[in-house]
Amino acid sequence: MAIFSVYVVNKAGGLIYQLEHCAPRTDTEKTFSYPLDLVLRPHDERVVVAFGQRDGIRVGHAVLAINGAEVNGRLTAEGKDVLEFLSNPANYPVSIRFGRHRLSSNEKLMLASMFHSLFAIGSQLSPEVGSSGIEMLETDTFKLHCFQTLTGIKFVVLADPRQAGIDALLRKIYEIYSDFALKNPFYSLEMPIRCELFDQNLKQALEVAEKAGPFGPGS
Amino acid sequence: MSRAPGRKQENNKISRELFVLTYGALVAQLCKDFEKDEDVNICLDRMGYDIGIRLIDDFLARSAVKKCRSYSETTDMIAQVAFKMYLGVTASVNCCSAAGNEFSLILDKNPLVDFVEELPAERASLCYCNLLCGVIRGALEMVHLAAEVTFLRDRLKGDAVTEIGITFLRKAEDKKNKRN
Repeated sequence: MAIFSVYVVNKAGGLIYQLEHCAPRTDTEKTFSYPLDLVLRPHDERVVVAFGQRDGIRVGHAVLAINGAEVNGRLTAEGKDVLEFLSNPANYPVSIRFGRHRLSSNEKLMLASMFHSLFAIGSQLSPEVGSSGIEMLETDTFKLHCFQTLTGIKFVVLADPRQAGIDALLRKIYEIYSDFALKNPFYSLEMPIRCELFDQNLKQALEVAEKAGPFGPGS
Repeated sequence: MSRAPGRKQENNKISRELFVLTYGALVAQLCKDFEKDEDVNICLDRMGYDIGIRLIDDFLARSAVKKCRSYSETTDMIAQVAFKMYLGVTASVNCCSAAGNEFSLILDKNPLVDFVEELPAERASLCYCNLLCGVIRGALEMVHLAAEVTFLRDRLKGDAVTEIGITFLRKAEDKKNKRN
């Protein structure tokens, strides 16, 4: 049972806080000999697996590290192009780590503002007048819960689909926000939250919610 | 309004006297800093506004009230729930205008003026509790309700009761982005 991450979005759609509580890390590191039986191709800023899924390495996984050194986009740690490096038989045997690419903070900002717009569209698409925006988004691997306060702040929690008690958790996060962020006299409204106490209390609340498991707290 | 059991079991209350004294010291210092009563009133209102924009989320988080659908519901909420939660007193609501956007809150007991008898002669137009007006104005603004909040009558100035008037202004936020 896990809560993957928490995001707080302000009135204008800007991300003011995000916490990766528990990422389902699916990295696999394997040693390969020439020739490489996976097909790799460049995609955006990364080198991803296009074909040849096996042993936990799936299509779409990116090359995260070569021989223990983290790659920098499409270049190895030494600055050589990854695809060139891997097509040279002299560099083998080589140990490559594949995994799902972690979101950069810019990407998170973008996704948060996109969600903010979708939330607004959701409330307008509704056949009923005065409906709320998107409250829950369900996929096969996670559920996204969103709670918008009357003041326009959105609290978004991504969790395991079987995790219960997220509604109560969202209300609790609202309380923690109103205590440790808003009551901090040096915190300006709508700005990124950089309050130690907020972090600590949020992590505590997440742990309590996780321990409660699939039946919710109080069981 | 109860806190989670994870919090330290400390006594969350501090003395009411301390709070009233602090407020009194604040007003007294402002009176020393500014000559004109108007300036003091404006300063208190601004301070109240800064408090109000933060207090509203605390109020909504702890009381879990639903969205109010009318101005009179909103005023009732302020008078009965909010005043009770923060000052320990309730106010009664009066609707003054036919248009339905002017209300007033009548305060029987005002804890902030516990120790104040009357205003000094040279401070006749000082609104001692103007902080409250700012708080209400700031809080309403954060839930997208623009309002003007002033003191209509004040016991400290010799009137019979203390009355705070709230006038709701035209909603500026009637665009496509209706937030709930």
